[in-house]
Amino acid sequence: MKKLLGITGLLLAVFVVTTLLAQQADGSNSFLTAYNLQNLLQRVGMFGILSIAAAFVIVTGGIDLSIGAVVCTAGCMLPWLLKDCALPPWLALPLVLLLCAGIGLWHGILIVGLRLQPFVVTLCGLLLYRGLMRWFTNDQTMGLGSDVEGLRWLANGRIPITASFGFPVSALILLVVAVLAAVFFQRTVWGRHLFALGRNEEAARFSGVATGRLTILAYVVCSLLAGLAGCLFVLYVNSAGASSFGNFYELYAIAGAVLGGVALRGGEGTILGVVLGSSLMQVLAMAIVIVGSGNQLEFAIVGAVILLGAAADEGVRRLLRRRR
Amino acid sequence: MTSRAQDGAPPVLEVVAIGKRFDGVQALRSVSLQLHAGEVVALIGENGAGKSTLMKVLAGVHQPDEGSLRLLGREVRFADPKAALAAGIALIHQELNLCDNLTVAGALFLGRELRRGPFLRKRAMDRQAVAALARTGLEVSPHRLVSSLAPGQQQLLEIARALHGRARVLIMDEPTSCLTDTETQRLYAVVRELKAQGTAIVWITHRMAEVLELADRVVALRDGEHTGEIAGADATHERMVAMMVGRQLRSQLRPAHPPGEVALVVRGLCTRAFPRASVDFELRCGEVVGIAGLLGSGRSELLRALFGVDRAVAGQITCCGVQLGGHDPADAVRAGLVLVPEDRKLQGLVLGMSVRENLSLATLRARGTFVDGAYERDLCVRAIADLAIATPHGEQRVAVLSGGNQQKVVLGKWLAAEPRVLLLDEPTRGVDVAARAEIYARLHELAGRGVAVLFVSSELPEVLALADRCLVMHQGRVEGELPRQRMSEAAILTLATGKGVA
Repeated sequence: MKKLLGITGLLLAVFVVTTLLAQQADGSNSFLTAYNLQNLLQRVGMFGILSIAAAFVIVTGGIDLSIGAVVCTAGCMLPWLLKDCALPPWLALPLVLLLCAGIGLWHGILIVGLRLQPFVVTLCGLLLYRGLMRWFTNDQTMGLGSDVEGLRWLANGRIPITASFGFPVSALILLVVAVLAAVFFQRTVWGRHLFALGRNEEAARFSGVATGRLTILAYVVCSLLAGLAGCLFVLYVNSAGASSFGNFYELYAIAGAVLGGVALRGGEGTILGVVLGSSLMQVLAMAIVIVGSGNQLEFAIVGAVILLGAAADEGVRRLLRRRR
Repeated sequence: MTSRAQDGAPPVLEVVAIGKRFDGVQALRSVSLQLHAGEVVALIGENGAGKSTLMKVLAGVHQPDEGSLRLLGREVRFADPKAALAAGIALIHQELNLCDNLTVAGALFLGRELRRGPFLRKRAMDRQAVAALARTGLEVSPHRLVSSLAPGQQQLLEIARALHGRARVLIMDEPTSCLTDTETQRLYAVVRELKAQGTAIVWITHRMAEVLELADRVVALRDGEHTGEIAGADATHERMVAMMVGRQLRSQLRPAHPPGEVALVVRGLCTRAFPRASVDFELRCGEVVGIAGLLGSGRSELLRALFGVDRAVAGQITCCGVQLGGHDPADAVRAGLVLVPEDRKLQGLVLGMSVRENLSLATLRARGTFVDGAYERDLCVRAIADLAIATPHGEQRVAVLSGGNQQKVVLGKWLAAEPRVLLLDEPTRGVDVAARAEIYARLHELAGRGVAVLFVSSELPEVLALADRCLVMHQGRVEGELPRQRMSEAAILTLATGKGVA
């Protein structure tokens, strides 16, 4: 828990600074409004799921660069199944998730069976799935139209709490996913084994842990969650164009996880940290828009803050070690 | 065959009363040795006798604590291997040490490339490489990749590399350990040629046949001391073993357990390291059996194949009536067979995790999907008490424990699985004396309860003290089996050095 202090502090600092800056800009509290908070939570919901997806593979010591491409795949396939194939939502959604889980299975088999490097496998996946989707959709934007409003509630719905504030359904979905993932990590034998193999795969194998199957499972869960987030994203914006939908999302996902304390060398991290980390990414993105320091600078600011976070994290760790 | 040492010519290299300590362990004690131009000196001794340390001192890898080195009568001190190499002393390691992504010429000239300004003079290097290779009888294109060469060719390339640096003294640490017979013969011829040209050669080996074939003189080390020297012509297998052994037999007799029913049957097992050598043996409940043999004789590979970490090439394994084969460690554990591996830090423990998590790692799965916290805490408390693991609490990271306590954690992890066959690979390597005694006591106790114990050890006193009987391996085969009353260091070494086949 001590490790999460840094990230929580950073999150609060960004909140305070943004609020102050926004106040200075137009004299009123224009950042901490119910409307902004709703939007923020909605986006945190979707990107948080992506970061949890990334955390599953990073904990094994691997990486998944194809998360954005899987988001794109789900984003294009869901409208196609709903509109062009006219499937009912209760069939279309599971089909898309199944397809995405299949992509994860394919990654896992290549990585475990053929011993290919996760970086290579998923980098090729990044190019492959987006390319296939562009060809499949002929670069046409896949729209949902207006007759799936019921399904869109998953991404846009709000559970009213006060007159002006409703808790977004997507954030609720993140909450469910996060609790399940946390239970898996902390309370199940598989989670324990996943962390053990992330730290020392050989020792885990010598202890009778089914390292191969667990690694495959991690990639399946990762792509499945990326697919779920992809569905939410397309329901959120109502359409998806294969050439740009989900671009760079793998980097947001990985950055959120790493910022939240998931070590890239494997075997370390908590789901709470991941959720906090990806929240920070979204708060930052929104802060930039509201303070209006120019959208051109967005990437630069995000990069600088992540770097700062990583450096601070390392500094705190060294300080704790010296104290011991 | 006599050496050319006569006629009062000064030795090329003289080692005078060298001593070397590591962390309180006396690795070398007042060792003296003379090397003359054009002679081959074979250096023999058990594992850990100090051969490699001595060679590393000569090659500048280690600096001696006492004594001195004299090169052509002048006292020298090598700060690092580079200085030794510059003085003409080249060490060829046991494991091949080439960057195999380079070309032959590139590897040959690595670190001393010919160049014009910042540019490599590739053509000049290629030309010189061909000449240098010819000296060792290696006929390959300088453009070939090192990785495409056979191990024997790589060995010759290493020698070419040493000679190209104008080596006067060539030290070879078990040079034939990864060579085929033909390659070995080729190497012999090259060594004889070099000898005729006046190079002094130190040949470290475990194989008696090589000593008889090549050596002008044989020097033996034991426990870091020079224990004997004979002329190559007078060398016999028995005399060499006598020089290497000679230690007092420290037999801690224990009540022999009457062996019970058969626990493990191994038939025709071939490991990947020695695909053509097959192993057969049986292990009974309540027996403690040692596997002795020299480094690289296939002992660890045998245990790994039994446990299922490595796939066996062929053979049948039956553990307590359960057929194993093409199995993975989880299958072995279910059948009651576990392995305490050789490398505790790499294979035995997840260093970043706590004592508790390490202890339960192997048995948690059998207790359901969710982590059984009560079981885990209970196991942890019991193991810490039973094995006297010195740790403040179970949440301590296992990385900070001493070697002996880490080993107890590995043992505790497997005892939790209630094995019927316990395999151990070097169970007391890097373990202090007290923990060692506790581990021995625990193994006896397990045998008394009917567990079959099979352990690999490079320390002969350990084998003599622990084992009811002993299998001696050589080149992937069980060269012989010794019952307790016939076990002695001499008997084991005779088998381990391949007396039967040499």
